[in-house]
Amino acid sequence: MAEVAEKVRMVDIYIMGKRYQVPEGLTIMTALEYCGYNFIRGCGCREGFCGACATIYNFINDPTIRYGLACQTVVEQNMVITQIPFFPAAEALYDVEDLEPEEGENKLAELYPDILTCFGCNNCTKTCPQDLEVMEFVSDAIRGDYEKVYEKSFDCLLCGLCAARCPQGLQPYNIALAARRLRGAHLAPKSQHNLDRIEEIEGGKFNAELDKLKRMAKDELRELYAKREIEPAL
Amino acid sequence: MPYPACMEESKRKVEETRPKRLEKGPVDRMPAEERDALVPKFHPDFIKDQFRELRIGLNKGGSAPLEIADLLEGNSRIDPDRIDLDEIDHDVDVLVIGCGGAGGAASLLAEENGASVLISSKLRLGDANTIGAQAGTQACDRPNDSPAIHYLDIMGGGHYVNVPELAEALAKDSPDVIKWLEKLGVNWDKEPDNSYHELSGGGASRRRMHSCRDYTGLEEMRVIRDEIKQRNWHKRNIDWLEFEPAIELLMDDKGQVAGAILMNLETRQMSIVRAKAVVIATGGMGRTHIQGFPTTNHYGATADGLVLAYRVGCPLVHMDTMQYHPTGAAFPPQILGFLVTEKVRTLGAEVVNCDGEQFVHPLEARDTEASAEIRECKERGKGVTTPTGEEGLWLDSPMIDIKRGEGTILRELPAMVRQFSRFNIDIRKEPMLVYPTLHYQNGGIVIKVDASTPVPGLFAAGEVEGGVHGTNRLIGNSTLDLFVFGRRAGRAAAKWAKEVNLGKLTLDHVRKWQREINEAGLEEMPVSPMLLPNYARQERPVPGFQPLGQVSSYTPFGDRAVRWL
Repeated sequence: MAEVAEKVRMVDIYIMGKRYQVPEGLTIMTALEYCGYNFIRGCGCREGFCGACATIYNFINDPTIRYGLACQTVVEQNMVITQIPFFPAAEALYDVEDLEPEEGENKLAELYPDILTCFGCNNCTKTCPQDLEVMEFVSDAIRGDYEKVYEKSFDCLLCGLCAARCPQGLQPYNIALAARRLRGAHLAPKSQHNLDRIEEIEGGKFNAELDKLKRMAKDELRELYAKREIEPAL
Repeated sequence: MPYPACMEESKRKVEETRPKRLEKGPVDRMPAEERDALVPKFHPDFIKDQFRELRIGLNKGGSAPLEIADLLEGNSRIDPDRIDLDEIDHDVDVLVIGCGGAGGAASLLAEENGASVLISSKLRLGDANTIGAQAGTQACDRPNDSPAIHYLDIMGGGHYVNVPELAEALAKDSPDVIKWLEKLGVNWDKEPDNSYHELSGGGASRRRMHSCRDYTGLEEMRVIRDEIKQRNWHKRNIDWLEFEPAIELLMDDKGQVAGAILMNLETRQMSIVRAKAVVIATGGMGRTHIQGFPTTNHYGATADGLVLAYRVGCPLVHMDTMQYHPTGAAFPPQILGFLVTEKVRTLGAEVVNCDGEQFVHPLEARDTEASAEIRECKERGKGVTTPTGEEGLWLDSPMIDIKRGEGTILRELPAMVRQFSRFNIDIRKEPMLVYPTLHYQNGGIVIKVDASTPVPGLFAAGEVEGGVHGTNRLIGNSTLDLFVFGRRAGRAAAKWAKEVNLGKLTLDHVRKWQREINEAGLEEMPVSPMLLPNYARQERPVPGFQPLGQVSSYTPFGDRAVRWL
């Protein structure tokens, strides 16, 4: 055991300023657990999809602040770490049904009038653990370009770090959320084949066939399944 | 050069065989007879000594994985004699326990149908497996598809033991689920002709998987969560409690479920909720690490809902079948067991062995695909061994851009590209190493088509319920299940709440449960629900000081990589 342990290189990390030694290669999240921390907050999907584990860090000899997800960032020697499991950011009140914009109307500037105060410091972009062009989509929001906001912000996890670092107190992630909901509900083209199918189902078109399948003996169903036509994957 | 030298040679073979494989296309699908022989021989559900018989409760005599059986037979976290049920903290029509896709949908529908709703969420609102669902949501809305064709896929995938009425509901509601989510503001991928962009999937005979890049569950969840919050801020009748899970259900003296006891995880204070109806939507069990498997599941997936329901006398179905996702990451160790979406195979990537040979069609149903992989490693010795001792097979992702044009991977799989690039692997140019990982609970709480359970006043939706998918769920049918049965549960719970007359609150079911435990001599079983895993390393704990969760024997640090224990 001791022999194997010697092979593991240990690194010094500072959890909220307190020094610990952990094996090289751990993520910040697993390093905290290695040190004996049992998460309640600051831990969610553990796979980089939920934004629960937003983390700020720098190094003992390098004061530049960096940002990451604790579950996705590997510890390094002399890292100084703190998590931001929650940040108080305001959200505009709206009803998605009422968000449909008139021609040329900027709903986002109506919901979030403060976005006009953005002076382009780009702190938000620097914080984003998903490497999104946050300041760019804030600019797109100022111009009312919903499509661009949707495209550029789509991979947003709502971790809140951009809002935490905005000197103007803006909430880029909430602005983008409103833009995407607006787009999805009102601007995305409607898919007629879906509406047609719903009508057919409601009209009972498939009921007889389904009733027959539901009553079918297992062997018969199995045969039907084996023989069914499979559409090419594309 | 991110892959270590010991894996490079095998990786080169994948590259060498790629042109030929591209030319030949995938191997044939497995005949039914071969599938029937393969799965029992290699699937983890068939390793007998990893299961045991339940000794108490309605499923007594039935089988469950060891880890789940321990929780189902667990001791209550409360002493009924020390709790005063006259001090009620929240009095509502519908209590929804859990807030992923199913709980969220149930809450919205219950509120729309006139009920006052309280949500109990163990972590933040919306922290659930839903958010990590990548590939998509199935819905049979293309002209060459139908609910009947979808139904047949569901039944065949589930080995024909699904409850037919539940499978029918899943297929029939599916197009409307897509429309409903779009109305709330979900951005589905679309084709240039405005139809939905729909892909195929393992076990699906039509292209019916609707996606939002490879962040489908994230998009669904952030919209639903926002809608819940917006309704609350509009002073509508919906509210939530975060970090406050249910630790026991309440009943009344007429045998109806009538609320729950919640515990604030941070302050350890309890609150008592009286509710005319309760919806359990607590999701799955991956964090119990059945058979020591790593998992794709989120931090709170600890089977709590099964425990709560079982204790009030609700039967469970198919508890002996779990889904092992065929493509969990096997390298690097930091992301061991993480989900590599099936969409990678849907888009055209093949799974190949250490010699770059295909051994299974990439779009078999999940139990078949996973079993074939295990056979390839364990029986045929054709796996690739990582420096930390894990075995895996190659998922040849670069095929996608070759088949579908450069840029496809980045456009369709941004989350996967990001995930691996964080560890210096470019999946556009290099294959990924994968192995089955614990993913989904196929069975669960017995429900009817309106998501009601056999216990009056209790409803269940999403992964926690069973019967919909038989013993094997197909890709894209899980996020569908959330919204089909979440919405049904919300409607039915609101209706029930209007009609029911609650009697006097009681915890007699807990007393009765503890008596059964004593009679069966099971006092030594752990307390449950588990609430959270405890991965904290216990190097030198203060003697006698009780940690919150059960200390996990599983270490999520790649324990073979870092042998400090």
